[in-house]
Amino acid sequence: MSIEVRTAAPGPRPSLVKDPTDPRPTPKPSAAAAAGISHDTGWSIGDKAGLIAAWVCGISLCVIAASIVLFMAWKGIQFLHLDMLTTSPQASLDQSANGGFLDPLVGTLLLTAIGIAFAVPTGVAIAVWLTEYGRPAGLARLVESGVEIVAGTPSIVLAIFGLLVFQQSFMGIFSFTAEGGAVFGRSFLTAGAMMALIALPLVIGSTREALNTIPRHVREASYALGKDKASTIRRVLLPSARNGIATGATLGMGRICGDTAIVVILLGASMQTTPESGFFGLFRGTGSTLTSYVYNNSPAGEGNAPDKAYAAAFVLLMIVILLNFVVSLIGKRKAPQWN
Amino acid sequence: MELTEDHPQDGSAPAAVVPPLRRIVVESETVPIRVGDYAGPPDPNYGRDPWQVGTGTEGEPVWVEERMRTEDLSIAYGDNRAVKDVSIEVNSGEVLALIGPSGCGKTTLLRSLNRLVELTPAAKRTGRIILDNQSVDDFDVTQLRSRVGMLFQQPNPFPMSIFDNVAYGLRERGSKKPRRKILEPVVVDALERAGLWDEVSSNLNHPALALSGGQQQRLCIARSLAVSPEVLLLDEPCSALDPISTSIIEETIVELKSEVAIVIVTHNLQQAARIADRVAFMYLGDLVEQGAAGQVFGAPREERTQDYVGGGFG
Ligand SMILES: Nc1ncnc2c1ncn2[C@@H]1O[C@H](COP(=O)(O)OP(=O)(O)OP(=O)(O)O)[C@@H](O)[C@H]1O
Ligand SMILES: [Mg+2]
Repeated sequence: MSIEVRTAAPGPRPSLVKDPTDPRPTPKPSAAAAAGISHDTGWSIGDKAGLIAAWVCGISLCVIAASIVLFMAWKGIQFLHLDMLTTSPQASLDQSANGGFLDPLVGTLLLTAIGIAFAVPTGVAIAVWLTEYGRPAGLARLVESGVEIVAGTPSIVLAIFGLLVFQQSFMGIFSFTAEGGAVFGRSFLTAGAMMALIALPLVIGSTREALNTIPRHVREASYALGKDKASTIRRVLLPSARNGIATGATLGMGRICGDTAIVVILLGASMQTTPESGFFGLFRGTGSTLTSYVYNNSPAGEGNAPDKAYAAAFVLLMIVILLNFVVSLIGKRKAPQWN
Repeated sequence: MELTEDHPQDGSAPAAVVPPLRRIVVESETVPIRVGDYAGPPDPNYGRDPWQVGTGTEGEPVWVEERMRTEDLSIAYGDNRAVKDVSIEVNSGEVLALIGPSGCGKTTLLRSLNRLVELTPAAKRTGRIILDNQSVDDFDVTQLRSRVGMLFQQPNPFPMSIFDNVAYGLRERGSKKPRRKILEPVVVDALERAGLWDEVSSNLNHPALALSGGQQQRLCIARSLAVSPEVLLLDEPCSALDPISTSIIEETIVELKSEVAIVIVTHNLQQAARIADRVAFMYLGDLVEQGAAGQVFGAPREERTQDYVGGGFG
């Protein structure tokens, strides 16, 4: 019997299935294989169980995410009419007569805009100070812990803290002051200021991360051209960190859109947007957002109009998903790359 | 024979101007010295006026003039002395190569010349650094750095257009002024001198980071040249580049040396031999030996130099 030599020569690939006419004996399975131990992968029973658990958990998360979106879409599309986006809410227990949620929708957008308008400049400034200056080191450490504390504070705590602060008499310009001189403390501005605290850690975090990826020699190249730190930051570092700043801002917007506690406590809970008089009246006035609208109209709230709650929740979900999509788009944008 | 590399022995050199060089005296007459096309000791006007060191390819005189020098310069990071009592001069009209094993203080020496080393809080400096007969400490650091440019190991154009990169150093404080119209001739000139103009003339508005590594490095040269430096410090400028880009940059460096004094740190001894007129060998922070490239490579006076260059030039 000649020994078959397999070569890479062209022709039909040798079949892995044993040719029944092949007279050679089939190799015996090894003792290890017989004992159920596979040397191919080296996975123990525990590892295999872990792997299966990981698969199951991963897939069930997908199922949960899909069912949230599908359920909300089903409910939302069922109850959502376009005119709800263009009509103001009315006080009525009848779901057919209590109007749409134009004001909450505008409220969400306005509050998000105010919050992010506060959060981005302060957040970028803090991130720049921490990464580019950071001296004295003790102060930097303190600022970092401050950021962590703000990030970890529940928003309901921020909300009542904000109320406490903005009800001080010298804070009167930020909201409406009653006849007796009592400051209301609730307005788009005061709620927006607290919302900024929610977004701030996200802006700081991703800006710092972006600044930290810029190699030191890039900064030094700017100094070596006779530029000082300020113009280096403005002309080189901030443009390089643009994607990071945008990511942080968008993540922050998502957080602001979804927060309820601050809105319920600090936005005055007026169903319709209620501006004060004066140039900044809108900002000093009260209103509602999609989150507070959903809360109010859910079976737990006073309005008890679940159809409207579903419709508004669906719109809110779409806004947040859109923001996440924007985040991933920004992530795909090419950031400057050095070595 | 008593030989000193840079100074005549007739005692006519004015003491106030001559830097206290580490003089390496070779007693024997038999040491073979190859000085290449570097014509040896300068005239007694050293330090004040340019001196002719030879003739160029078309018979034109080649002038060398001192631009910078260090006097007993030491730099320590905390307790670690990275540069020890180094006295060396940097001349326009020639390329000075700093060679030596890793960690011997080449980068530290280079970064001290434009005071970039001051960015490291632990770094302490003693000794003087003179630019055009004035201590670098007397300059405004901004002004000093526009007169002493620097190129880094990794190409590092800024995330902006090619034009804006070259114009970067010319613009005030991060503003867009002066306007593009005014800057254009300077930018074009800098790109031409860096040998990049032909490749980028049609896309000055393209992002600089889209260029190839070699083009980026030449853009960084152009960026430095735009602010008209007198000295250009290059820290292993080709170590991240392919051979073709490397040879283009080497050509550029040789072309630039008549206008700008060039100091290049390199680990590539062949490169130093190709482009340097003068070579300084450093070891553990000491300036062991400096001299004409042909001499340092062909007939090193110090054993440590011999050991270091021996491998490459056996
Ligand atoms: N920022 C710094 N802080 C502390 N020590 C430093 C710093 N930079 C360099 N050193 C030390 O100074 C010494 C000289 O370093 P330097 O970078 O000047 O060497 P080099 O000759 O450029 O080396 P290489 O060829 O590897 O680039 C080394 O011992 C190094 O550890
Ligand atoms: Mg180095």
